Amino acid sequence: MFKYFEPNKIFSITSRAPKYVLTLFIIVLSIGLIESLIFSPEDYKQSHSVRIMYVHVPAAWITLGIFSSISILSLIGFIFKIQNFFLISKSLAPSGFIFNIIALVTGSIWGKPTWGTWWAWDARITSMLILALFYLLYLLAWRIYQDKERIYKVTTIITIFGIINIPIIKYSVDWWNTLHQPASINILSKSSIHSSMLIPLIIMTAAFALFSLLIFLMKYNTELIKIKNKGLDRI
Amino acid sequence: MIQDLLNMNGYGFYVWTAFIFTFFNFIILYAIIKIQFEKEKKKFILKFGALNSKQASFAKSQSINREILSNISNI
Repeated sequence: MFKYFEPNKIFSITSRAPKYVLTLFIIVLSIGLIESLIFSPEDYKQSHSVRIMYVHVPAAWITLGIFSSISILSLIGFIFKIQNFFLISKSLAPSGFIFNIIALVTGSIWGKPTWGTWWAWDARITSMLILALFYLLYLLAWRIYQDKERIYKVTTIITIFGIINIPIIKYSVDWWNTLHQPASINILSKSSIHSSMLIPLIIMTAAFALFSLLIFLMKYNTELIKIKNKGLDRI
Repeated sequence: MIQDLLNMNGYGFYVWTAFIFTFFNFIILYAIIKIQFEKEKKKFILKFGALNSKQASFAKSQSINREILSNISNI
């Protein structure tokens, strides 16, 4: 099954996809921005500051999703010795890290009008900051080490420790008293958020997911060409 | 209407700062990755051009190199 993930098999797709993904991203983002900044209603408590949710929440969801994917791919790649899984993980990391920074900064901006402070060492915020540090360690490991086997080992260890933090982030609002409210959206039960706010949130999440896909494809193609450049030196 | 959109009941500064920060980061990340890609692409073209005919035909025998060469303008 893993042979389908070989770079030469998927490069023909990944090399052509970015321009279509970019077009789709611009379309979905434009609709999302109009919905979230103009058509969605203001909150009865938070007024217009609630609109920050449309960039903060999708960024947080996607950074968690990307780190989980990186961890799973690294672990499978390490067990079954699939180099391409490490390449995919490496290509996912930049957008995951940026979304983590966006979630932290926009959360801080949202905190000022809502809680009266830019920063609080509450469980959710602190665990998100720890996730950013894991992303940073992961990206640094790729830069510091030259030996492939060592990189694979170190990055897998980082992601194994990092993934322990993911359920802590998710359930921190239930386990501890935090400034954050409990989750308003639940896949298994009815969401407490009104559809007039849920729809723009879903559209913005789709736009952010398309952006991370675009960055992943571009980075993956870059990494493949980088490998092939080294290959040309050896001919 | 524009004034209301910018002001947002006094929350405009926070909302617009959050949105501008987000999209500024998007543009910076896109630009960095694009520059990295262009650099590697140029390097590949230069290296491939420097190969002699025997080396070039060997390089072309690898399907991924053919894919890179045929798709390089599309990426």
